This record gives sequence, structure tokens and C-alpha cells, in this order.
Amino acid sequence: MPNYRIHKTEYIDETKRVSFKYDGKTYFGYEGDTLASALLANGIHLVGRSFKYHRPRGIVSCGAEEPNAICQIGSKKDLTEPNVRATELELYEGLEASSQNCWPNVKFDIGGINNFISPLIPAGFYYKTFMWPKSFWKKVYEPLIRLSAGLGKSPTEPDPDIYDHKYVHYDVLVIGGGVSGIIAAKMAAKNNLKTLLVDDKKILGGSTIYQNNESIKIDDKLSSKWLKNEIQEIKKLSNLTIKTRTSIAAYHGYNFLLAKENLTDHLPEEKKKNKIRQRLWKIRAKKVVIATGSIERPLVFNNNDRPGILLSNSINKYLDYYGVTCGENIILFTNNDSAYETSISLHKKGIKNIIVDLRKSASSELIKQAESLGIKIYFNHVVTNTFGYRKINSLEIMKLSEDGNTTVGNKIRLSCDCLGMSGGWTPMVHMHTQSGGKLDFRDEDQVFLPKENSEDQISVGSCNGDFDLENIIDKTVNKINKFLDIDNQDYQDTNIICSKENDKRNIWLLPNKIPLGKTKCFIDFQNDSTAKDIKLALKEGFRSIEHVKRYTTTGMATDQGKLSNMHALGIIADTAGVKMGTLGTTTFRPPFTPLTFGTLVGRNVGKFFEVVRKTSMHEWHLENNAEFENVGQWKRPWYYPKNGENMHDAVQRESKAARDSAGILDASTLGKIDIQGTDASEFLNRVYTNAWSKLAIGKCRYGLMLNEDGMVYDDGVTTRISENHYLMTTTTGGAANVLSKLEDYLQTEWPELDVYLTSVTDHYSTASICGPNSKKILNKLFPNLDLSDENFPHMSFKEDKLKNINCRIMRISFTGELSYEINIESKYGHSLWKMCIEAGKEFNLTPYGTETMHLLRAEKGFIIVGQDTDGTMTPSDLQMDWIVSKKKYDFIGKRSLYRSDTIREDRKQLVGLLTDDPKEILEEGAQIVSDVKSKPIDMLGHVTSSYFSPNLNKSIALAVVRSGKTMKGQKLIIPMENKNINVTVSDTIFLDKENKRLNA
Amino acid sequence: MFLINCPFCGERDQSEFSSGGEAHIVRPKQPTELSDDEWAEYLFMRKNIKGIQFERWNHVHGCRKWFNVVRDTSNDKILSVYKMGEKPPVNYK
Repeated sequence: MPNYRIHKTEYIDETKRVSFKYDGKTYFGYEGDTLASALLANGIHLVGRSFKYHRPRGIVSCGAEEPNAICQIGSKKDLTEPNVRATELELYEGLEASSQNCWPNVKFDIGGINNFISPLIPAGFYYKTFMWPKSFWKKVYEPLIRLSAGLGKSPTEPDPDIYDHKYVHYDVLVIGGGVSGIIAAKMAAKNNLKTLLVDDKKILGGSTIYQNNESIKIDDKLSSKWLKNEIQEIKKLSNLTIKTRTSIAAYHGYNFLLAKENLTDHLPEEKKKNKIRQRLWKIRAKKVVIATGSIERPLVFNNNDRPGILLSNSINKYLDYYGVTCGENIILFTNNDSAYETSISLHKKGIKNIIVDLRKSASSELIKQAESLGIKIYFNHVVTNTFGYRKINSLEIMKLSEDGNTTVGNKIRLSCDCLGMSGGWTPMVHMHTQSGGKLDFRDEDQVFLPKENSEDQISVGSCNGDFDLENIIDKTVNKINKFLDIDNQDYQDTNIICSKENDKRNIWLLPNKIPLGKTKCFIDFQNDSTAKDIKLALKEGFRSIEHVKRYTTTGMATDQGKLSNMHALGIIADTAGVKMGTLGTTTFRPPFTPLTFGTLVGRNVGKFFEVVRKTSMHEWHLENNAEFENVGQWKRPWYYPKNGENMHDAVQRESKAARDSAGILDASTLGKIDIQGTDASEFLNRVYTNAWSKLAIGKCRYGLMLNEDGMVYDDGVTTRISENHYLMTTTTGGAANVLSKLEDYLQTEWPELDVYLTSVTDHYSTASICGPNSKKILNKLFPNLDLSDENFPHMSFKEDKLKNINCRIMRISFTGELSYEINIESKYGHSLWKMCIEAGKEFNLTPYGTETMHLLRAEKGFIIVGQDTDGTMTPSDLQMDWIVSKKKYDFIGKRSLYRSDTIREDRKQLVGLLTDDPKEILEEGAQIVSDVKSKPIDMLGHVTSSYFSPNLNKSIALAVVRSGKTMKGQKLIIPMENKNINVTVSDTIFLDKENKRLNA
Repeated sequence: MFLINCPFCGERDQSEFSSGGEAHIVRPKQPTELSDDEWAEYLFMRKNIKGIQFERWNHVHGCRKWFNVVRDTSNDKILSVYKMGEKPPVNYK
């Protein structure tokens, strides 16, 4: 097995060998490696196939910008993770990784055929091709596209890992632990500011930490050595917190940032167990220092995507940090000074290399150093093609013309096993723009730089466009002193020698004798978009960068175009003949790198996913086999199946029992609002459609509440407990919104009213007993209470004691039966319920759930707000004009009841429906028509409630139908998938129109 | 995520609040006197300004009080906070 690890470094622990599997084969690396560095040490460059053309692809970078080396980690159904960047994944014992987007394997991939038919699949191929025949879409095209779409495999079972969230507050947050970040953090913390420094890598130091060029020095030391001292020093500062393996995912307004800390991803399987995997930090910082550095740019030339072609600076990091060389015969292709650092470093380790430089000449100290070492440099030359299928083996270079637009002279073929490219540097302005900051374009080296800040933040170091060490340190110190309003002198005498110059010859699309149509000059490696695609998009009329991006999919892969966006912009600007700065950029959106769902949800999974509200009778319902329904956050008994009953049978039994003898419902979840104050009656007058001032003490009244637009909002019964004291009930789901709406009016429109609102939903438990025998049961519970119709009529209220505990009893009915609601302090709710059940035994008192409640009220034609209404129904639409006061001068929504739209006669109105076949039960939501033959079919309305009534022995339904009020007796049709159901419009009240049962 | 300075509780995270739209839209005292158009003006029409906007917020998961906020909708900066019934600050117009 080849070994490309050629020297020892302090970051790789050669005493700790780590074995791992890649594509099923076992390899070895060392502690300190990333998966990428370990693969390269084993001579493996080919790590995947490209998305569209399935071209072989190799490792390109050493960080978050990696487009190619993304892999599937693990194979367990619950723990496997796709799209992990090998360049960031720290190696651990037992790691299993595999390549993605290839079948049967990465070396021989069937999809590779796409590469040869690539002229047939240009940009927008899918949009253009899969248009016709229309019938092909569903059966042929869509399944095929789905088969080839997506990267990697999702886990198929729940994630067993633990995730965590943490809120923190700091005076200063420093993002990035390179030279400038370390200086900023030190200055802030030494000035007594509570400071947090985060960096996504395992150790601090950025790219300077492995810098070992003798011509780049600080205070006469190698810059890396100087920086190590600084790191030692900041670790001693008590008010500085340092978080490594932590990356900022999002920068929101008001300096609120989200960071992801990786806690166990670098540990072997057995050490991960029972530990928190990742933590999401929610950070509020008074001030933020952005020191996120910059990313090296690739160069765009023909076949620039072969395995073995990397960014030049990454070759340097693999060598000096990991001790791994990416090849033995390396060519560096550059347009600036930084590749020379790589070259000199390689040369010192004995790796043969030559430089191809786009510039006509260059003369910085660094270049002189390279020349003096005898490194061959081709100035004014360009790489025009590369060769080698699974790995680069040679390339061609040509001389550039004077203006740089074409090539001249003869091709020179050079052999190599690795090519480094350096197109200069792109400042990482993601954080700045996410925070709302604007960008400026610097023409001389074609970079976007932070301009205006909308938050209290600042960018320092190379993310601010300062690329050489001298500039970085001087400017950082000055800017931080100003930004934090301090006067730190620590770096005043720092002596910096930097041999590099920021001199560059920028050409976005490199010239070539071959016509563009026959080249493969890749811009976005992961999504396979080429310079040709961008030009095609422009030719087809796309102008906006946002449109070109979407049409060509440039920058839309998991790497979000960290390496490609600038080139796409550059080529668009060149082609369209406009200045690059005027085009703007695409939007930088969070997250910076992909986040796991686990990190986002933290602990809020399983039973912590949502709050569950249970009534005090809940245990009894459980013991008695109830099936539950979720109503808002409440768990409500749905029905109580007995002896293996299904839902239908249980509901039929419960409904019949409630009307034949007695039924009991847990009504504790209804919203209850305590209303007190001298203006309470006036307040109710204004919020309900009906009149309240004359309601006697001890009486109850049903009320309908509208929105200001006249649409029904909520309903419920309100009881006058004393002169200035009411208890309002609301629907279960609407309780919170009603309270908030009432508070709104009280505080903002009618502050002069003396009214106080308190939510008491949880304070009282309610048992509702209905049916002809309910009075007898009440009598057993409250023997001293006079239950006669004279003393305790329908819609009235009494107080009494149950074993010395106060109860509020309302005689109100949602079923149409004689009915009582007993309210008791919630801690006694369970006992109350059990006593009711006990007292009701001899009367077959049957517990019933929400489904039976719905059925019983539908028999009586009572609406449920939210089921029979949907925010577009007025009281008149519901045939409830009787509840709208004509006398009241004003109430919420009154004026809207006679707007031109609300008085239309062809509005949808509530009606009853009876099926011609009384056994046929309609589906709720089903459409209603009068003629199935017309085209298009005229939709008249839909079914809102539908049940089989055991008490009437037939199917009943409520529906909203256009002009329904006038249609009584008319025949309509409910067209279903297999048949048409004939129905007749009826009254909404199906049972006991005379309300005799209320006083039975 | 905003930091909102509730006039009753002090600075709190936005997640404790709910927004109530444009402020200083007074409910007409005599709605029945209004034409359909005039009522629609109150009911539906909102300025939706890009720039300095006066809006209502409710500290719904806190003191439950409504109050007014001056916010620049172009950059989300909250410029001023004042209680219901108080006059809007005159320096933002």
C-alpha cells in the first residue's frame, strides 16, 4: 500500500494508529487526521462521482468548502448520515464511510455514461425535455428523475443520539480563531469584557498555525510559533471562553447567533454512548467580531475537475499540518503569490514541483525565494487541458496573449500526479451579509468586502480583504481598539515581516483554443455546472444572477457554492459586458454548513415534542379504556370502546344511552375566563352579538362572538355569578385566542372600562351530565338542592357543596337533553367524576367522548365553531340571525354584517342534508353539486358535519351550500369517487325542534 | 430575533411577544354612521411601510400588556417603545 505520509508533524500522533473503513476496505490513519487526510495518506484521491455527469471526483479542499469529498457515514438504519464532508470529519477508530452518487462503485459507475452524452444534457435540460408527451410525466419522467435525484441515503429509523440547546450572553463574540480572531479575543477579554471565541476546527490558529516559511515572521519568530504563544496566553484569560469544534450556523438580527458545537462526532462508537452529540448555542452578544477568513478560489479551465486537482493552499495544509503529500510530481497553477508558499514547502520536503503562473512576471520576496531554490516557473502561461480518467496524469499549458484573452504558441505537455490551483482568495462575508450588512466590490483583486453594518459587528482579517500578515495584524488591532472603544497597546511594537504581496492577474474563464462548447470548464463541482452552461443561460435571456443560479443550479448543492459563486458572477459580468460589482451577489442564507435536524430540535423530541394537557379525570379515562383525541394541546376522551367495539359501535351506544337515560362528558377543557369589574356587563355587550345588560344574576346565556369583519369567531355560555362577576366559557381550541383578543380590546380600544380578565380554564374541572335521568343523579349528589324547574330552570346557575367542597352547577345543554354541568376546583375533579359515576350506576350513566358529543349536538343542529364555520361564516350564514341584537348600537363586527359582501344572498349558508338512502353516511369535506354533467362542475359547497344518528335511525349531515337558505327540499348530489350520492336539503335541526327534552 | 424592551418588564426575547400589526388605527366610535368604503378603510387598509412604522406588540408570554413600538422595517431596528395611550414620539414621522 502506498504511503504518502512523508514527515512528522505535531498535529498527528503517530503513536495512535486508527483503523477505518472506506467503501468496505480497511485503511489506517492516525489520531489528528481527518478522513480526507487519511485517505490522501493512503493515496486515495477518487472519492465520489459528480451529480449530473458522474465524472470521477477527488478531494479538492481541506475544509467546509469541500464540494466533492462528501460521504455517507455509518450503515446503521438509525445512525447513518449522508453528505458529511470528509475534509471536516475527524478520524476515529472504527469509522465507516462510503462514497455517494455512484453505482455499483466509485471506480466503475454506470452513470458515467452521462459524461459521454453530456452535449445532450445542457443547462435547463430537465425543463426543456420532460415537457411532453404530457402523460409521460407521472409514469415515466418523475419516477426516473426521483431515482437519480438526491445525494446519499437518509436514516430510516429515529435518531438515538442526544442533542442539546444552550442560551448564553456575552459582551463580545469572536467568530474564527485565526490570527485576527485570536488578537481580537485577547484584546476584548483583557479589557474585562466577557468574551466568547468560537472556531470550527479542533484547534485554534487558522492557517497560520502550520505556517513555516522563514520569510514570514512575527517578532523574529516563525509566525506559527508566535501564534502558539498567543494561544497559550489567551487560554489563561479568565473571562474568555473558547469553544472549538463550534461553527456559527446563522447570524440573525439583534446579534442573535446560532452555533453548533460538535461534542462526540470525533469519538469512537463506544465513547459516544450516552453523551450529547451536538449542542446548539443560542448566543446574544453585545458586539460581534467576524474573523472568518477566506477561501482559496479554483481556476476555471478545461477538465479542471479530475481527481488529483486540489486547491493549492489545501495541498500546503495536507503537507504541513497532516504530514501528507498529495502527489510526488506536483504542478501548481496560480494567478497570485500564495501558491509559492506551497511550492517552497513542498520543495523543502523533497517533493518535485513546478509553477504555472498567469502573471507576466512577479517579484515579491517569496517569488525570489522560489527562484533561488531552482523551482521552475512558467510565467504568462495557462493550463488548457488535463488528462487522466481516475486521476490526473498530465496536462497541457500554453502561453497567454498580451491581453490575456487568447493563447499563443505551442502546447507544452507536462506530466504530473497532482495539480494545485490558486485563483486568489474569496473573503468569507457570509456572516456579515447574514447580519444584514452590505457589500462593496474591490476591482483590483475582484473581491466582495464588508461595507455597511446594520448590526453592532465588525469584520477583521482576511474576511475583510486583508490578505498579508502585516495588514491583518495592524488593521485588526486598530479596528478592535476603535470598535470596543479601548486603548490596547499589546501589539504596538510587534514586528512583522511578510514576503507575500497581494498582486494578482484575475481571469475568470481562462482562454482556450478549443471552442467552449467542446470543453468542460467546471464552475460548480458538486452540481456539475460549467462555464458553457452559464453562457447558455445568458444566451437564452437570463440576466439576473438569481435566475442564472436557479437555471444552471450553480451554487445550489450542499456546499452552497462556496467555491463556485464568484466564478459564476465573473463569467456573467464578462459575457454581459458589465462591471462585476454592479451585479450584486446571490443571497447568503443560513445555515453556513448543513445542520442536523437533531441539533435544531434539541431535547424537544418524543414526549417533549409538545406540551400535553390532561384534565384531572385523565387517569379515570385511561383506566376505562378511552381512546383519545387531540384538541389543541388537550387530550380529550374520543370514545370509550367496550368489549372490542369499534368506534362506530361505541359512539352509537354512547349516543343512545345519553338520550335514553344518562351520559357524562368530561368538559374540563372548555376555555373559562373569569370576568370582573363594574363594567363587565357593558364589556360583554360589546364583545357578543346579543344583549347582556338584562341577564339576571344566577342566569346563563349563550353568546356568539364575531371578528370585526363580521365572521363568527367563537361561542360559548356565560354565567352571571354576581352583579359584577361573570364566568365566560369558550371553545376548547379558541380559549387562548379569545382571551388575547378580549385583552386587546380592553387595553387598546376601551381602556376606560373597569374590567379584569383571568384565565381559569385549569382551575376548574367540569363534569357534564345529560339525559332524562340526569336530574335524578344530581339529586343523589346534591340532596339539599332544589332541582325543580321553578327553582333551577334551564340556563341558570346554582352553588352547592359536595362533601363540603364548593361546586358551581350550571343547567345548560349542548346535547338538547336536560343537562347539568358541575364545576369544581380541579384538585377535586377526579373525585367528583368518580362520585358522579357511582351515583349514576343505577341509571346506566354512560361516559361519552367528543365524537358522541359531536353527534348529539348535530342532531340538534348546534354548530361547532371551527368545524361548521371556517372564518367566512356570518351569523346569518349560519341561520342564527336570532342571536344578533338589532337594538344594540354597536358590538364587535356589527358594521360588517351589512357590508355589500356580507348581505349577498348567494353566500354559502348552513343547511341540513338527508341522504336518500338513510344508511348512507356522507364524508365530511365532500363537495356538493346540483349537476354532475356540466363542465366544469359548479361546486355549491361542502359537507361540514356528518353522522349516523342512532336516535333517529338515519344518516344526518350539516353542510354549507351556496344560497342554501332558500333550497329546503331541493335535491343535490355528492359526487364521490365511485358513485353519486343523492341528498335532500333539510332543516338544520333534526331532533326535538320544540326543545321538549330540555325539560323532560 | 428581536430584543424587545417591554415598557413593563424590560428587555426580553422576541419569542415572548406577539405582533399586532399597525398601531394608532382607532376603532371608529360610530361604525354605523360609516359607508362601506369608510368601514373598509378601517377594517382592511394597512400602510405596510418599508421604513419607519408604528406597530403594536403584546407581551403575550409575559405581562400580557399591549404597547407600541416604532420599528424601521427595512432593517428591523426598534427605535422606540411606548405605552398604550401615550403619544407617539414626534421625532419619527
